Amino acid sequence: MAQDGDKQDTSEQQPEQTVSASAAAHSAHGADEPPADPLAGLSSSGRELLGITMDVLKEFSPSADALDDLPQVKIDRRHVLAACRAMKEDHRINGQMLLCLACVDFSDYFQLIYILQSLNPEQTVVIRTDVPYSDATVSSVTSVWQAADWYEREAHDLFGVDFDGHPDLSPLLLYDGFEGFPGRKEFPFNEYQEF
Amino acid sequence: MTQIPENIMPNSEPVEMLLNMGPQHPSTHGVFRMVLWVDGEKIVDVVPHIGYLHRGSEKLCEGEQYNQVITLFDRMDYIANFNNEHVYVRAVEKLMGLEVSERSEYIRVILCELNRIASHMLFIATMGLDAGAMTPSMFCFRGRERIQGLFESVSGARMMHNYFRIGGLKEDVPDDFVHQVREVLDLVKKDTEESDKLLSFNEIFLARLKNIAVMSAEDAIDFGLTGPCLRASGVDYDVRKAAPYSVYDRFDFDVPIGLDGDCWDRYYLRVQEVYQSIRIVEQALEQLPSGDVASSLGRRLLRPPAGEVYVRGENPRGELGVYLNSDGTDRPYRIKVRPPSFCNLSSLKHMLKDSWIADSVVILGALDIVLGEVDR
Repeated sequence: MAQDGDKQDTSEQQPEQTVSASAAAHSAHGADEPPADPLAGLSSSGRELLGITMDVLKEFSPSADALDDLPQVKIDRRHVLAACRAMKEDHRINGQMLLCLACVDFSDYFQLIYILQSLNPEQTVVIRTDVPYSDATVSSVTSVWQAADWYEREAHDLFGVDFDGHPDLSPLLLYDGFEGFPGRKEFPFNEYQEF
Repeated sequence: MTQIPENIMPNSEPVEMLLNMGPQHPSTHGVFRMVLWVDGEKIVDVVPHIGYLHRGSEKLCEGEQYNQVITLFDRMDYIANFNNEHVYVRAVEKLMGLEVSERSEYIRVILCELNRIASHMLFIATMGLDAGAMTPSMFCFRGRERIQGLFESVSGARMMHNYFRIGGLKEDVPDDFVHQVREVLDLVKKDTEESDKLLSFNEIFLARLKNIAVMSAEDAIDFGLTGPCLRASGVDYDVRKAAPYSVYDRFDFDVPIGLDGDCWDRYYLRVQEVYQSIRIVEQALEQLPSGDVASSLGRRLLRPPAGEVYVRGENPRGELGVYLNSDGTDRPYRIKVRPPSFCNLSSLKHMLKDSWIADSVVILGALDIVLGEVDR
């Protein structure tokens, strides 16, 4: 691999133990490289799938993106429920299974990442939406997939995201009466609450 | 499911009762509590309570360096440690675009499949115990102990191995590894056959498990079941076949599929998977190349480039997914784990509804949950 060779060279020039291969490669090439294509990781079938997804969700003004080698669309949080339903019902996407619902905290907004899996044909699509801290509410997709139930309760527990229309958002991983949202970046690592 | 008579308490009004099971109930395989609403012997509703083992592993990952996170993954699914490590190191390798030597990948696959066998043997043993069969557990635990002895000779630990490294392995396997594995495999195969003969088609065992908690393929997919629980419902989906990773595309193995989606199918499918895993290990031992296993990165502090990946692998309990977000520093920005047991367990409410209290133990047992992974 050319990339690997690159890494080897730079690490020989800079023998410090803490310099990572990739960071060294970045600094060696300088910052005036054009910004990387966000869709670079996609294969041709991935691009095709992304095209279909964009077509299915066109009424929700999606923007095309990629999560590494998975096609990904970004949509507004108001359209999450409708978009998920459309993805499940469309036979080309066939998003019959919700594999994962990840919540990522970026200190002033959250990102919710829905990973949808079709079993036949085998393909994965990602829907991503931004949820601001000030109004951390998004509609629940439990009516689309039952699997969303515990994922959403977990995200509610750890991050304080409210899922509108969820049947029961009682604490799942934490105990009743726990204060704060331990998944958030601001939550301290080394403090304990008396139980 | 056997037909439940409409009026199980004749000449009286049906009365609902609340029955607490757990958290320290032996059949829950850990600290898991469920509150059953029962009408006589019939379960009307169930409220599962998890989180007794919540350590905040995902949050802890954010405070550790990339190499240290491996130890946390060991402690999630503590029955299938190698499989967990494998998915995590693959995630970081994918993020960094690292190539791993052939020999490392083969050794990883051998250890992962051995771990799958060990995990399934524990399941077979506990499934027998849940249904009241004591003897098969002796054979299974004997076989599992042999595999764990092998793991100890490789990594130095029976369970929390911390043996896989980002880009390779901690060290090469012992010189007589291939011989040792072959020896253990023969014995394990015998142990499995023995317990299989004793248990699988035993009349009492069949009566306890057959047609219990039938899950249709549609429901199974809707609840996000993966692994043996999904395949028992007749869905042919195995990550090793559907999206081959590591060197799995080089082996010839079958994916057993269930017919009815009941508890017995979930059990017997795992028995069959043990034989398939033995096949994989045998092939991998034959193809095992020589070479280096050390990571090309040496012992440097890792700083993967900023970016994100989602990597998945087939664990004994289902599909383990790792979402990894890096901001270019020496610690991950966010790691989200998609634990298979967590999703499988969320279908428990659906499975237990309208079944008998006596069946609740085998229904929960057949899901094969590991609470360390459910709660994280």
